[in-house]
Amino acid sequence: MSREVFYEISPADFFYRNKDIAGFSNPARAIYSTIRELIENSLDASELYGYPPDIYVRVTADSGLSTTENINVYTIRVGDNGSGVPARHIPSAFGQVFYGSKYKLRQSRGTFGLGGTMAILYGQITTNSPVKVISSTGDRAIHEYELMIDIQRNRPIVLKHKSYKNEDGWHGTVIEVKIEGDYPRAMPKIIEYLKQTAIVAPYANLTFVDPKGRLYRFERVTEEMPKPPTETKPHPYGSDVESIKRMIAVTPCKDMLSFMTTHFHKVGRITAEKFLAFAGISPKKRPKSLTNNDIVELVKAMKEYDGFRSPSADCLSPLGENLLKAGILKELNPEFVSVRQRSPSVYSGYPFIVEVAIAYGGGIPKTGDILLYRFANRIPLLYDEASDVSWKVVHQLINWKHYNVDVQTMPIAVFTHICSTKIPYRSVGKEFIADIPEIEREILAGLRDVARELSSYLTRRRAIEMEKKRIDVFERFLPKIAKFSTELAKEKQVPDVKPLLKKVVKYGAEEIDESQEK
Amino acid sequence: MKAKKSEVLKTLQNLGKTIYGQLLAGEFPWVEMPSRSTRNIRYDRELRQYVLGDKRIRRVSRNIRHIRPFTQLIWLADVAHQLIEMGKTSTLRDIYYMAQAYDVDFSDQSESDDIITDLETLISYAREDFNIFPEERSAIYGDLTIEYTVPRYEGKRINLTIHPDGVMIGPALATSDFIDTSADIVLCIEKGAMFTRLIEEEAYKKFNAILIHTAGQPPRATRHLIRRLNEELNLPVYIFCDADPWGMHIAQVIISGSANAAHLKELTTPDAKWAGVWASDIIEFKLPSERLNELDLKRLKELERDPRYAEGIWQREIHVFNRIQKKAEQEAFSRYGLTKIVDDYLPKRLDEMKSY
Repeated sequence: MSREVFYEISPADFFYRNKDIAGFSNPARAIYSTIRELIENSLDASELYGYPPDIYVRVTADSGLSTTENINVYTIRVGDNGSGVPARHIPSAFGQVFYGSKYKLRQSRGTFGLGGTMAILYGQITTNSPVKVISSTGDRAIHEYELMIDIQRNRPIVLKHKSYKNEDGWHGTVIEVKIEGDYPRAMPKIIEYLKQTAIVAPYANLTFVDPKGRLYRFERVTEEMPKPPTETKPHPYGSDVESIKRMIAVTPCKDMLSFMTTHFHKVGRITAEKFLAFAGISPKKRPKSLTNNDIVELVKAMKEYDGFRSPSADCLSPLGENLLKAGILKELNPEFVSVRQRSPSVYSGYPFIVEVAIAYGGGIPKTGDILLYRFANRIPLLYDEASDVSWKVVHQLINWKHYNVDVQTMPIAVFTHICSTKIPYRSVGKEFIADIPEIEREILAGLRDVARELSSYLTRRRAIEMEKKRIDVFERFLPKIAKFSTELAKEKQVPDVKPLLKKVVKYGAEEIDESQEK
Repeated sequence: MKAKKSEVLKTLQNLGKTIYGQLLAGEFPWVEMPSRSTRNIRYDRELRQYVLGDKRIRRVSRNIRHIRPFTQLIWLADVAHQLIEMGKTSTLRDIYYMAQAYDVDFSDQSESDDIITDLETLISYAREDFNIFPEERSAIYGDLTIEYTVPRYEGKRINLTIHPDGVMIGPALATSDFIDTSADIVLCIEKGAMFTRLIEEEAYKKFNAILIHTAGQPPRATRHLIRRLNEELNLPVYIFCDADPWGMHIAQVIISGSANAAHLKELTTPDAKWAGVWASDIIEFKLPSERLNELDLKRLKELERDPRYAEGIWQREIHVFNRIQKKAEQEAFSRYGLTKIVDDYLPKRLDEMKSY
């Protein structure tokens, strides 16, 4: 697609025509994507304002509307205790594509401000029903809207607007959409999605009631939440011609020096001067006087100049080692888990942080292969695992034998979490991450770290097991020798072998005492 | 026989006392016995059998790899002691299964057979002495009166012509006392068909012989019985088997024992004679024959280098085998009629053997 075509049709129209790439390719995928997008919006809304999320999801099948066997019209209701949306923004936030608070450089789950609206759009296309939005920011009123999207014009159509008195000071948002979907086929993925979300958001309560009335509940184990990200300006490395054009259009700056220091991340006066000298642009030049060609040259220089400081990672909100560990322990209850957060790093001007974990035994199932859990900006990624950079690292770059790991027989799960202001997804559907060398390197280094810990755990465990087996053997046979020899010698009193058993214990002397007491 | 049993009992009990004493002293129990590794087996020309050398090994229950077999060994000693005390017998297979009831399981029968051999080595008695017998049985026929020593039959006498198929050489027979015989020789026969033929043809009368069917390589109880017939009754023993390396070796094992039983004495009959069928008989009697196959030739090569085959008739016959590359079975004589072997071959051969 070329840029021109993109602007000739409305964004809503564009996504309507290209719903496949946004994760709505079939009825099963559509219901999964809808639930997922709405939950992610809810999580973002709660976290950003520091409320431990309480999210309630209910899917009901509308009877009598069944089109084919599995495909049915479902009502999906997702409620949260987030910040709520101010009444005047509700129509645009839910009835217009590319509207919303997310089109900024700050780590958030969604990237395009697209997912939630896409779900509404899809519902409208398949069922011709409006979306119902109930929200309050905790002030005196609760607002209820029924909206549709004018697809050609990318504008909300308000069908109904009511407001109620907010007596309890409730804040949050409830969204209800009707979509055509295939719940039976989507169910395993939806449950898996919730479970993995619970891993990566151990501070959230997730409640899900499915069309058969089955209740799934994932309870928080902590109220501690990751530090919310701060907004940042773009880093020069990550800029492109289009974004600079937009900046120039709105900038109040009168010269290039202030333009550089005002609009870019980690660019101070000295850096700006040096860079402009490098780019051959006068610091005094007026930004609005730059021609198209100048802008192209500027962007090129930004990419070539190596004097910029790395972007800061303040705009990132990694989960943190404790929370990731808590999430893994809570949902999978492994025997061993090791977590590692890497220091912030940068690719193409975007800061990112990689967090990895490895878990062994306990509740981790044996599958004959390493279970891979992938997360990006605290979203679980469930599809197209084999195309993901983490898969490549786990299956191609790490030689597990070096870490005493037998991939085929051991219950092992690997977790990778990448946070960045821009996750390099390979598709709009947000399911797998491209193998950017910088990211690959960080995942690899992190996994090697935790794999080494697993390795020494396994070695220790094996030693203890061997020791236990060894003691078991003596415990089993020494009393027998005593018994048989007593019989054979025609003696009455069987000799006590306990002192001998004590002698065979190398370490873990308590262990043997315990087992004898049993 | 009874005296021997009480010796075995005492030896076993002493073993128990040793272990018991070690435990009381707070020591990990251990035993010491001659090593049965091939490097410790040598051929004793004087005894004319394989014997164990001076190398000894220790089994120590302190060792994680030893403790299980050690326990099994003491268990087996206990079982053997009980068997003798109760006058019962058991088989190799039986022992393998019995262990499971005592939670000292063997992983397979070869392991339990091994422990039985360990006990033999440790106390210097054959398993038959502690009432454990193999499954395979051979048979005996002829004018020999024996008296049982086993419970319920104790004191009972039978004559071994009592059954036309011969009498099975089992634990009861192996431990019986010899009372009386009119026989002059013992004739050991490899094949069942030939054994039956000799009974039917009343060859035992003709040669005044006790017939023993070895059923291939004879079990140790049978070898021991043959020795006793030779020693106690002073009967010359003649061995008659197929004309091939394997048959030849059956005779050899009866005469000078096997390397597997190097730890045991009293299983050999050094004065027994290999009476045929020889390789040279194939030529002399124009016996129907087959070519020696690869396995036969390989075995022949091994025997050629074996110290037990170093001299006399053995070297001569190996030489003939090598030359004619042929083999024949005992039954080959049937080509000349059913009675050829009894009427012609055996009388001639036994006559020759007297002056051997």
